[in-house]
Amino acid sequence: MDFLTWGRSPWDQPILTHVSWDLFWASLFAGVAFFVAHASYMVLSAHRKRHAAETDAMEAARAHLPSRIVRHSLPARLFHWVMAASMVVLLTTAFLPIVGVKFAWVTWHWMAGLVLTASILFHIVHATAWLDFWSIWVGPRDIPELKAEVLRELGHDVPGPKPGKYPLGNRLYHQAIVAAGLSVVATGLFMMVRVRTPFFTRNPYLFSDGTWGLTYVLHGMAGVGLVGLVIAHVYFAVRPEKWWITKSMILGWITRRQYLEHHDPDRWVVTSPAPPERT
Amino acid sequence: MAVIRDVMPAFELFQPASIEDAQAVLDRYGSGAWVLAGGLDSFDWLKDRIKRPQALVDLAGIPELKGIRPREGGLEIGAMTTLTEVVRHPVVRERYAILLEAAESAASPQIRNQGTIGGNVSQDTRCWYYRAGWACYRAGGNICYADTPEAINREHAILEADRCVAVSPSDTAPALIVLDAQMVIRTAAGGERIVAAQDYFVGPATDITRMTVLQPGDLLTAIRLPAAWAGARFYFEKVRDRQVWDFALVSVASAMVMGGGGSGNTIERMRLCVNGVAARPLRLEAVEDLVRGRPRNEATAMVASNLAIEGAQPLKFNAYKVPLMRNLVKRAIRGVEAGTWTS
Repeated sequence: MDFLTWGRSPWDQPILTHVSWDLFWASLFAGVAFFVAHASYMVLSAHRKRHAAETDAMEAARAHLPSRIVRHSLPARLFHWVMAASMVVLLTTAFLPIVGVKFAWVTWHWMAGLVLTASILFHIVHATAWLDFWSIWVGPRDIPELKAEVLRELGHDVPGPKPGKYPLGNRLYHQAIVAAGLSVVATGLFMMVRVRTPFFTRNPYLFSDGTWGLTYVLHGMAGVGLVGLVIAHVYFAVRPEKWWITKSMILGWITRRQYLEHHDPDRWVVTSPAPPERT
Repeated sequence: MAVIRDVMPAFELFQPASIEDAQAVLDRYGSGAWVLAGGLDSFDWLKDRIKRPQALVDLAGIPELKGIRPREGGLEIGAMTTLTEVVRHPVVRERYAILLEAAESAASPQIRNQGTIGGNVSQDTRCWYYRAGWACYRAGGNICYADTPEAINREHAILEADRCVAVSPSDTAPALIVLDAQMVIRTAAGGERIVAAQDYFVGPATDITRMTVLQPGDLLTAIRLPAAWAGARFYFEKVRDRQVWDFALVSVASAMVMGGGGSGNTIERMRLCVNGVAARPLRLEAVEDLVRGRPRNEATAMVASNLAIEGAQPLKFNAYKVPLMRNLVKRAIRGVEAGTWTS
């Protein structure tokens, strides 16, 4: 399997052109293999929620909490779904032609890329100004939680720390998607200078051949990486024990019991008012 | 290292006697196989040592790919029929004169004796940046050397450019599109697929590394000419830098059926195609719709020709193609009778 493809420049020098599209198949295979392996494991793995009795006690002690806890605000949900839609368009327009489904994809691809870029810019501003910015990031303070999570995955009944607003896996996924997403957006914006769009005068010589090669390779690497990441994300979103999280990304809230079952109330302190309950 | 020219790299030569045998070799060698028709495109690639196939599959020994035969009121032309045979065929001359004109305008008599109609429609673009073997988009790279600030792009595309600005070099393609020809393809899986001529050619937006819908292992076996446009009023014109042995800068082909049983002055229906302006021959359906039901006169030709060039985006050195295309479309609508018009 090749990792990179090379061409010859007019000066007969070797130049990088793309990642090898073999990597697309590798990423697809890795994503599918992961969900098969994880799904198989989860059939036998320990149940990681709090025990019902423990949750009952916590719920009794926190009866003052609203019955619905806001997990994702409307702007956050809108960002998520706009980003998801643009990502689907980006991946299908990028990879369907590679697997043999031929269509005019370039314009759709860069338009979806601009939507993704705009949504990411919005998200950065929104998360910085209106959300708990650091709640999604991972750092040394999360090592005890990581240890507890690993032990729970291995079947031990560990009382250790529960996650704050976002489970550890969620936060690790966010790091990966930030790295891949920002790489693909930054390189993609420069690559737009090479094709005809209403925004720029084409300038294929903005960078040297070598720098363009690296730009295309980085874009391709991030793109094939996103294939695996999106498969993993969709897989977790549809898993029955994660459905409460997916539902919260649609409706915006979780129940008080779900909040207490899955989160550490000391790490995710609920201060926001509950959404109005329908009667 | 010096570039060696005119000495072809070594390859295995296969000369199958049937389509099945040819496809078996194509299947065996996969991307290492190369289909040879008349050789006029292939030998350029091979002598320049840009393409280095492991196996060359010469179709010249397959009888079923040759000859012109009547079929359902029209004609079926084997893909390996030479352009000279097409030009000399009496039924082509009588009913499909536009194909005769187009085929006769290709290259030189010697080349038409060797070149096949299948090869003419399936040949690769002549963009010299691409043919030089550089890693351009069409060669799988990430740049178009012909669409750079200092590129020499006098012969390149003014329409439908999508990263690549190469143009189709086929002379017979616009005539076949105008005649609503059907391309008969034997697929790699052994089945038969019929594709309308206008769908046989693909632009860079759809597939930047191919000029046609042919996939690896596919073979174009025949071209069928239906009776629908036989005997229509045809117009073909190819503008080139010299009058023989040259590719078109822009060419136009049209077939027109007039109202009143053919003797009226109202355009009942028309098919119109230009080549040399995009990576595929462009059928101008909007223009066809515009002229339908209109009188065939200068005003109609003017309006139609202005519509034809809408969206044209010339490169640094090919802006001349815009008025050239406009005038050729105008002339295709006016036809040869225009010389007798008084207005």
